[in-house]
Amino acid sequence: MNALNTLTAHDLLARMQQGECTSESAVRAILDAIGRVDPVLHSYLTVNAEASLTQAREADAARRGGDDRPLLGVPIAVKDVLNVRGQPCTCASKILKGYVAPYDATAIARLRAAGAVFVGRTNMDEFAMGSTTENSAYGVTRNPWATDHVPGGSSGGSAVAVAADEAIAALGTDTGGSIRQPAAFCGCVGLKPSYGRVSRYGLTAYASSLDQIGPMTKDVRDAALLLQAMAGYDPLDSSSLPAPVPDFAAALKTDLKGVTLGLPREYFVGGLDPDVERRLQEAVAVCRQLGATTVEVSLPRTRQAIATYYIIAAAEASANLARFDGVRYGFRAAGSEDPLSLYKRTRAQGFGDEVKRRIILGTYVLSSGYYDAFYLRAQKVRALIRNDFGAAFEKCDAILAPVSPTPAYRIGEKSADPLQMYLGDIFTVPVNLAGICGLSVPCGFTAANLPVGLQIVGPALGEEAILRVGHAYENATEWHRRRPGSESSARQE
Amino acid sequence: MPDDRKHAAAHMDVRYVANLARLELTDSEAQRFQGQLDQIVAYFDELREIDVDAVQPMAHATVIQNVFREDVVRPGLDRDQVLANAPEQASDLIRVPKIVE
Repeated sequence: MNALNTLTAHDLLARMQQGECTSESAVRAILDAIGRVDPVLHSYLTVNAEASLTQAREADAARRGGDDRPLLGVPIAVKDVLNVRGQPCTCASKILKGYVAPYDATAIARLRAAGAVFVGRTNMDEFAMGSTTENSAYGVTRNPWATDHVPGGSSGGSAVAVAADEAIAALGTDTGGSIRQPAAFCGCVGLKPSYGRVSRYGLTAYASSLDQIGPMTKDVRDAALLLQAMAGYDPLDSSSLPAPVPDFAAALKTDLKGVTLGLPREYFVGGLDPDVERRLQEAVAVCRQLGATTVEVSLPRTRQAIATYYIIAAAEASANLARFDGVRYGFRAAGSEDPLSLYKRTRAQGFGDEVKRRIILGTYVLSSGYYDAFYLRAQKVRALIRNDFGAAFEKCDAILAPVSPTPAYRIGEKSADPLQMYLGDIFTVPVNLAGICGLSVPCGFTAANLPVGLQIVGPALGEEAILRVGHAYENATEWHRRRPGSESSARQE
Repeated sequence: MPDDRKHAAAHMDVRYVANLARLELTDSEAQRFQGQLDQIVAYFDELREIDVDAVQPMAHATVIQNVFREDVVRPGLDRDQVLANAPEQASDLIRVPKIVE
């Protein structure tokens, strides 16, 4: 029998249902794994050892009493940007040091109601701004496949916790790729739901028109399981969609007969790392063997999506982060004798470089005289990008794409050049701008043994389609079973 | 040429904008950010290649327009919970520096 920390959520649930193991033993296995590998990897900011063991024992007692809720006793790691009642929520920022969440985010409340156990808080880029998790105020997180490499970001801690078996599953958030890109860099599954599918209530806002919460898991079935528990309208988030939530597990099939997959012409024209491109072409071939037909589609505004994204996200961030002023919560700079210097010093000392850059950039693009040239123009290009996807989805059920043009790179390699870092988001930001959904699944390795991700993009509320493609693909491949440090001893079912 | 070209070509004064955003910058930060943000703003020129004259701007991603709810009183966080996160407090209030003389 394999160590319980290596299991998927659905395997763990099956074993608990059979009485073969308990939630307490699974949480202990997770805590042991964290103790072994996290001193090097640093995927967690805080670990709730005692609280999660208590929750696990309660789950075990409930199960003995006949309770069989969908996630009863499943240990889940939570990105440090989501409020969990009674736990710290720092957003990996110094400005929220000491802040303890007084309430549950809706996604957390729903997972709690489904029986999940919250084992700890994962590291991230400060306020979810970044692609490497190097922007955390509390230290870097390391990629388990090559510890001198970044895990991606901003949900890097969650990706590492799942990939290194320090969690059964985790939650991330994705504003411009922050679930999908770290999932690709670390070799796990990451799902960004359609905008409005999961309530953002209790998610500390970065860019409100783009942010979504989603699962990071060891396989696609788990992604469907967690999405099922979180999805659906919430009166506390007026941007959540009052749409019916389908049975996502029922969409998981092992073939792709009758499915048409779009290949964007603009995505496969150079600029891709050669290993990434080869793995992508191989994945396309697997999908064809499973019965899918492929068709070329065009997304002509792909290149301009980066500028569009960074204008809109920075603008929204500059407004959202105005609330951090040292008055009501978190860090306050010492020695200020008037309110204005209190705000300015608190923000100067509390925020890191990338957050400051985006606040300045956002303030600039919204300021009088520049609004039309930047923000309004970006909103118009955003409409064109959405329309381009709309036209593409008239020809196909889902789109196959890279997640990132490169595999994980070395820590420090791009941190001095923000623009170079932003250019790596070219295949993920269009999905957020359009409000549609995207799934990253492992599709092989580079020659240097770094994971590569396949992105499956679906229309708004099209999660069933992308989960189906992702599940059929991983069912036909073994990439998602590989684990760092043990490539020859793949995880067994 | 659209009238906004001269604006985009304009130089961003990082110190001026940082002050609008209530951010104090050190000299070395101001210098570093100036170079990095100049590069990023110059990159935004990419958007000028696209004709957007007939396009309606998109403020958010869904079809939802307005969302209303009944105006009813609901429980909020209680005072102790709120004060527990305040950096300084006195007499059940959040303490701040003097605002008026």
